[in-house]
Amino acid sequence: MTEVAVVGFAQSPVGVRDDSTTSGVEMLVPIFGQVYAQTGLTRRDIGFWCSGSSDYLAGRAFSFVQAVDAIGAVPPIMESHVEMDGAWALYEAWVKILTGEADIALAYGFGKASGAELRKVLALQLDPYLLAPLWPDSVSVAALQARLGIEAGRWTEKDMAQVAARSRAAAVANPSAQVAGEVSIEDLLARPYVADPLRAHDCAPVGDGAAVVILASAERARELCDRPAWITWFGHRAESAALGARDLVTLAPLGPPDGPPPDVAELHAPFTHQEIILREALGIGGTTDVNPSGGALVANPMFAAGLARLGCAAQAIMTGRADSALGHATSGPLLQQNLVCTMEAQ
Amino acid sequence: MEIAFDYTRSLGPVLGQFMTGLRDQRILGARAADGRVHAPPFEYDPVTASPPGELLEVGPGGTVVSWTWLPEPLDGQPLNDQAALNDPAALNDLAAQPRPFGWALIRLDGADTAMLHAVDPGPAGPAGMRTGMRVWPRWAAHRVGSIRDIACFAPDEPTPEAPAPAAGDTVSDNTAPDHAAPVTMTITPVRLRYLHTASPAESAYLRGLAEGRLLGQRCPACGQVYIPSRGTCPADGVPTDAEVELPDTGTITTFSVVNVGYPGQQVTPPYVAAAILLDGADIAFQHLILGCDPADVHMGMRVRAVWRPREQWTRHADTISHFTPSGEPDAPYESYGRHI
Repeated sequence: MTEVAVVGFAQSPVGVRDDSTTSGVEMLVPIFGQVYAQTGLTRRDIGFWCSGSSDYLAGRAFSFVQAVDAIGAVPPIMESHVEMDGAWALYEAWVKILTGEADIALAYGFGKASGAELRKVLALQLDPYLLAPLWPDSVSVAALQARLGIEAGRWTEKDMAQVAARSRAAAVANPSAQVAGEVSIEDLLARPYVADPLRAHDCAPVGDGAAVVILASAERARELCDRPAWITWFGHRAESAALGARDLVTLAPLGPPDGPPPDVAELHAPFTHQEIILREALGIGGTTDVNPSGGALVANPMFAAGLARLGCAAQAIMTGRADSALGHATSGPLLQQNLVCTMEAQ
Repeated sequence: MEIAFDYTRSLGPVLGQFMTGLRDQRILGARAADGRVHAPPFEYDPVTASPPGELLEVGPGGTVVSWTWLPEPLDGQPLNDQAALNDPAALNDLAAQPRPFGWALIRLDGADTAMLHAVDPGPAGPAGMRTGMRVWPRWAAHRVGSIRDIACFAPDEPTPEAPAPAAGDTVSDNTAPDHAAPVTMTITPVRLRYLHTASPAESAYLRGLAEGRLLGQRCPACGQVYIPSRGTCPADGVPTDAEVELPDTGTITTFSVVNVGYPGQQVTPPYVAAAILLDGADIAFQHLILGCDPADVHMGMRVRAVWRPREQWTRHADTISHFTPSGEPDAPYESYGRHI
């Protein structure tokens, strides 16, 4: 099978950005420049482009077409889009290289979540007959999941606060983070509920951002990157959309069926308790450094945060900090869909 | 900007029965091949992928299996529906303040799965919410076959002295659909608000309009001029930072005569929407053509901007009211053909 590696990654700063529009262009042009500089590539070297974004977030139709302005589409390009996190765009790009239709592919994701009431917009990803008409906002729905786990003895509010505190402490070294800093568990637990049992620190901040990853086939990867992050495995699972009919606190095993635990794992958990669910589903124990970036709890640009997890995992290999890494992305409500990618140095 | 749309969906056989049941104050579930009863019902068995057999009635009482409390509800949520979408009469009862409520996963009596809905615990507020609490549906007065026919659940057990209103009681509501007919469609109004920000390049364009100027940008790579610029060259993908001021005259490259009315339309049809290539620009932008018979509009026609009165100039696209024929001879096709 054709080997494919990540050879470049960049992400924008994340926050409520007044300088950026829902087209994503303003956030994408600088980070495209960064990955071109990292790899020595130009836009004309990219054989396939794939983006992840959402019109519901942008509040206008075909918003992803506007984003193509950031590429420069003359002469014409081969381009695709997923109405999902950019991690799924990366998956499509990986398949494109495997088929031999492209040697180099670029996946990007972007979202300007601050333009709308995100927790309300996300109600529209729920069942359109039985759930969405009630406008169950994303934070409330996550709170139902968190309580189920608490009352089943799977975690406590203190466990959740510890996830938040560790994420924020790790984010001090992450220039893309929206929140960072040392916080005490006691202080966090003294704060009011946003949606009982969730407090503000249990929920990812709402911010705007973008991320980009370049993939290359084996022949090209070594010339573009000193230490490519070779993709060794992809896994994808989708759970039932019927929230009340599935086990909301336990996921079937998500990781590769065998092999040692990765040195680094970047998990896309928009809520603290979801990191605990994911650790269990991935069987990640003590030796793996989980979310050294701070994860989605410090920066959760919609439709880019999952791609950024895969990118951060790859970066740990490309920079020599790790020999093996796992990136996870989620889409849909309550970890409904999960994409896992493992990578290693050669 | 507020975007609203009534999503109108057909229900199919299973959800059609379920929604018909809600209209008639019955909650239906489906038994799966493994014996578990799903409420709401599945359309296809999660184990065998077969459609369910005959639906069975569950509830109406149920038990809360998980809950949360929403101190700051959002417009449109249960008990907080400003548009009173299912119940125009409720407009009169609207509380000025948002009404906090609980969300819960509720396992209805006789079911093995849970249903997500709102819970109104009454004056107790969040202290009245707990896992294991018993709740019953509070039916909407005006039911149409929607999940919102259940206004919410509440911990008030219907008593024989005060029975829940029977399905037939609402027949007197002359706005209700024919209760003999099954529900086949559901309408879900969606209303979302967006606050769009203008990029630095768009801001420069809009500020220029307020000064009566048309400001575009030139690509440093290919030299093309874009107005309004989005700050990057769509052909080269590089930032456009050189400002270019353009005249308010141009050429119609293509156009459409609008004969169809639609909600929110600003101009009475027929009128002309045209792509106008300003002199010196390399990309056309769309504007209205007024001041002539729509039948006279044609490709190559020369036009000029008609600005609103000076005191009405703002950072808004409508500072230029429309374009109108300038009376100049037509532009030769070669002068604009590359920009169609």
